[in-house]
Amino acid sequence: MSTTEKTADSGIGPVEGAGALSYSVDNPAPVIDPPRKRTKKTPKSTRGNFEMAAWLFMRLSGIVLVVLVIGHLLIQLVLDGGVSKIGFAFVAGRWASPFWQTWDLLMLWLAMLHGANGLRTVINDYAERPNTRLWLKGLLYTATVFTVLLGTLVIFTFDPNIR
Amino acid sequence: MATPTLDKVEDAKPAEAPSPYIMVTFRIRRFNPEVSAEASWEDFPVEIDPKERVLDALHKIKWDVDGTLTFRRSCAHGICGSDAMRINGRNRLACKTLIKDINPEKPITVEPIKGLTVLKDLVVDMEPFFQAYRDVMPFLITKDTNEPTRERLQTAEDRERFDDTTKCILCAACTSSCPVFWNDGQYFGPAAIVNAHRFIFDSRDEAGEQRLEILNDKDGVWRCRTTFNCTDACPRGIEVTKAIQEVKRALITRRY
Repeated sequence: MSTTEKTADSGIGPVEGAGALSYSVDNPAPVIDPPRKRTKKTPKSTRGNFEMAAWLFMRLSGIVLVVLVIGHLLIQLVLDGGVSKIGFAFVAGRWASPFWQTWDLLMLWLAMLHGANGLRTVINDYAERPNTRLWLKGLLYTATVFTVLLGTLVIFTFDPNIR
Repeated sequence: MATPTLDKVEDAKPAEAPSPYIMVTFRIRRFNPEVSAEASWEDFPVEIDPKERVLDALHKIKWDVDGTLTFRRSCAHGICGSDAMRINGRNRLACKTLIKDINPEKPITVEPIKGLTVLKDLVVDMEPFFQAYRDVMPFLITKDTNEPTRERLQTAEDRERFDDTTKCILCAACTSSCPVFWNDGQYFGPAAIVNAHRFIFDSRDEAGEQRLEILNDKDGVWRCRTTFNCTDACPRGIEVTKAIQEVKRALITRRY
C-alpha cells in the first residue's frame, strides 16, 4: 500500500509566483464559506404570507394558463387555416368581442406574473451577492410592469380604424 | 520429461478458495489549511474485501497509510450520523456503504458534503446546519400542563402520523444534497423541516402553529423545489420531500 501524489506535510505550502504563500499551524489558509451562511441572527426576516401566496399563485395560474395558452395556440396556429389567416383584420375582429379581450388580458397578466415570479425564485436561488439580486430583480420588475401595462393599454385602446 | 507425473500432482490439489481481497483505489478530496489553501484529490490504493464498508477503507488508510486523513465517525453503525460524505458523487454514510455496491473497479471518490465550510479533509463545519435545526424548536412544547405529572398518552394512529420523521439522525446528508441549500445557506434545509414535521404532526405538541409560522418564512418550506435529492440521499429512508410537502399543505389548509 502506497500513496500517490503525496504532498509534503512539512508545513510548507506550494510556492506560487512572487507571493510565495506559505501556510502553517499558526498561519492556516482561510476556509471557504458557502454563500450566505445561516447564523444565530438569521431567523429574523419574515414577509408575512407573501411566499406562500407566490407559491399558490404559481400553481393556480399554471392551471388556468394551460387552458388559456393551449386555446390561444389552437385558434392562432391550427384551426381555420392556421397562421396564414392572421392579419390586422383577424386581430381587429377578435378584439371587437369583450370575450376575447378578457381572454387576452387574463393571459397577458397571468403569463407575465407567472414568468416573473418564476424568474424571481431563480434569482433568489442563484444570485449570491445582495447587489446582484437587487439589480436583477429591479430589471425583472421593471420589464414586467412595462410589458403588462403596455399590453393592457393596447387591449383597451385598440382602434380598428387606425390609419 | 523425466518426471511426467509432477504436473498432475499440482492439479490434484483441492482448489484454493480465491482471496476475497481486491485492490480498490480511493480518490479522496484532501484539504489542509495548514499546508495549502487548495483542496486536491489524492489516490489511495487499498487492498480490501469488497464486502467491507467505505468506512473500513478509510480506517485502513488512516491507521496504516496516512494518519493525517481526517474524517468524523463515532458509532460506525449508521446511528450517530457523523460520517455523512459524498461517495461517488452521492451523499451517503460511509459506515452503511458497502464497497461492492459502488463499483470498486473504478476509483471511488470520497468528498466532504457540499454547502458547508470544509475545515479539513472530510470534516465540515456543521454549525449552520444545527442552527437551522435549533431555529425550528425541535423539542416538545406544551401550553398549560408543563408539569411532568403523568404520561402524555397518544393513540397508535397519532404516533404513526409522524413516525417517518422520527428516524432522522441529523447526518446532514439531505440538507447538503439540496441545490437550494448549496446556493443559499439561509434556507432551512430538509433536515430542519423534517424535525419540525416530527413535532408539528405530534398530537402531544402544542406549538405546531409557531413552527409553521417559522417555516412560512421566506427561507422556509416555500424555497423547496421538490428535486427529491434529499429523499434519495437520506440513509434512513425518510421520505423527506413528502414531509416538506405535508408542511406546505398544513400551512395552506391552516389559512384557507
